Amino acid sequence: MSEEKEAQSSSGTKNALELVRVDGVSFKYDAGPNVLEEISLTIQAGDFLALLGPNGSGKTTLVKLILGLLKPLAGNVFIKGRPVEEFEEWPKIGYVPQKATHVDPFFPASVREVVAMALFSRRGASLKKSKEEEKAIATALQSVGMEDFMGRPVSRLSGGQQQRVFIARAIVHSPELLILDEPTAGVDAVTQERFYEMLYQLNKQRAITILLVTHDIGVVTMHVNKVACVNQRLTYHGTHEDFCQSEAFKAMLAAGHLVSHRH
Amino acid sequence: MEAFFTYGFLQRALFAGIFVAVACSMLGLFLILRRDAMIGHGLAHVAFGGVAFGLFLNMMPLATALGVTVLASWAVIKLKEKAGLHGDSAIAVFSSVGMAIGILLATLAHNLNVDLLSFLFGDILAIEPIEVWLSIGLAAAVVASILINYHQLMFLTFDREAARAAGIRPQGLDFQLTVLTAITVVLGMKVVGILLVTALLVMPAAAGLQLASNFKQALWISAVVAFLSVTGGLAAAFAFDLPASAAIVLLAFSIFGALFLLRRRKRF
Repeated sequence: MSEEKEAQSSSGTKNALELVRVDGVSFKYDAGPNVLEEISLTIQAGDFLALLGPNGSGKTTLVKLILGLLKPLAGNVFIKGRPVEEFEEWPKIGYVPQKATHVDPFFPASVREVVAMALFSRRGASLKKSKEEEKAIATALQSVGMEDFMGRPVSRLSGGQQQRVFIARAIVHSPELLILDEPTAGVDAVTQERFYEMLYQLNKQRAITILLVTHDIGVVTMHVNKVACVNQRLTYHGTHEDFCQSEAFKAMLAAGHLVSHRH
Repeated sequence: MEAFFTYGFLQRALFAGIFVAVACSMLGLFLILRRDAMIGHGLAHVAFGGVAFGLFLNMMPLATALGVTVLASWAVIKLKEKAGLHGDSAIAVFSSVGMAIGILLATLAHNLNVDLLSFLFGDILAIEPIEVWLSIGLAAAVVASILINYHQLMFLTFDREAARAAGIRPQGLDFQLTVLTAITVVLGMKVVGILLVTALLVMPAAAGLQLASNFKQALWISAVVAFLSVTGGLAAAFAFDLPASAAIVLLAFSIFGALFLLRRRKRF
C-alpha cells in the first residue's frame, strides 16, 4: 500500500467525522431466522471500507438497514448523527445496488437520462435542465470516463460500462458517502481492476467516503483502508493491515469465501 | 377530412379520442416498463361493474364507473400490501368481482343490455358534449400528473431500490399511477370500449419502445402513434362505415407492426 494511502488511512481513523454509526442492530425477515445479530460499526469520513462476508451472511441486508430501506428489529442506525428514519439529506448518499447492471433491455433510457434521474429525483415538473445541472451530469460522467457515451441507450452498453454509468448517477450530487453492493459481479477481471482504481481515485481526489460490499480480497489488500466482516454477527472491524493478520481473514480464506482477481 | 369540419359528433369524437389516447399512451409507457400492463385490463372489467351500477341506479354511468374503478385501484394496492398477493392476483380478484357485479345487475335490471353493449365495444361517435369536456379535463390532469412526477416515476420504474435510497417514497407514486390508470381506463372505455381499452394503454407505448433511444423520445413517439391511431381510425370508420373502436385499435396495431419491422431492419 502506498504512503499516500497509509496517510489517508490514519487521518481517516484519528480525527474524522463519523458519517455512519450502526449501533447494536439485529434484523430478520418475517418469521425467518436472524439475518444479523447485534452489529455495531462506524464509517468515518474519508474511509474506503470493504464489507466482506460469505453469500447469505447479511451484507446486503446491512446496507439496506444503513440506507433506511429496512427497519432494524433491534438497535439503531445513525447517519451524520441523525437517526436514519429522520435523515433527509439523501442526495449526500450515493448508492449502487447489487443488481444495478441487470438493465431491462427494452428500457429506453440514455446514459444522460440515467444520471439525470438522481439529480432530479426531488424535482417537480420542469423537464429542462439548467446549465449547472448539465455540467453536473457531464462532470459525473467524466469522473467515470463515460462522457463520450451521453446519448447512448444504457441497455446497449457492456456490464462494465453500465456499472460506470450507475456510479456516475450515484456521484452526480457530489455525495459524501458512496455505497456499492458487489458492483463488479459479472464484470471481467481487467475491467474490475480499472473499476477499483477509479473508486480509489474518487475516494482520494473527490474525498468521497466509500462502503464497498465485495468478495474480492484483491480490493482489500490494494485499495481499502478499513474492513468489516459480517457473518450474521460482526466478526471483524478495523484497518485492512490488521485484517490480513486476523483470524477472520484466515477463516474466510480457508472457507473459500474470498476470491482474488488480477491485482 | 371535410367531414371533421362539418359534423359536430365527429369533432367531439376526435377531441375526446385524441386527449384520452395521448394520456393512455404516456401512462402505458410506465405500465409496460413496470410489467404492469394488464392492470388496465383488470380495471376495465371493474369499470364494467361500475357502468352497470350507474345504469342500474339511473345515474351517469361514466361517473359511477370512475368512482368504482378508482376505489378498486386503491383496493388492489391495499390487497397487495396486506394479503401479500402478487400484483396480477390482486387485479384478477377485483376484475372478476367487477365483471360478476356487472353481469348480476344486467340480469336483474333486464333492460340494461343495450346500454352496456355500447360501453363494452365503445361508442365514441355518440359521445355527449359533457363527456367530451370531462374526458379532456381528466386526460389533461393525467398528463399533468405524469409530467410533474416525470423524473421520480422514471427513476422508480428504472431502478426501484436506488430510487428509494435516493429518498423517493414509492407508495405515493404507485398509488398515483394506479389511480391515473383507473381514470384513463374509464375514459378509454368510451373511446374503444371496455374490451379494447388495454390496446390504448399498451399499443402506442409498445410502438414507441420499438424506435426510441431515450425515454423522452419514447413518450413522444407513443403520443404521436396514439394521435395517428385515433384520427386515422375515426376517418377510416367514417369513410368505410366501420366500428370506430375496432378501426382505432387495428390501426394502432398496424403502426406497432410497422415500427417493429422497421426496428428489425435497422438491426440487421
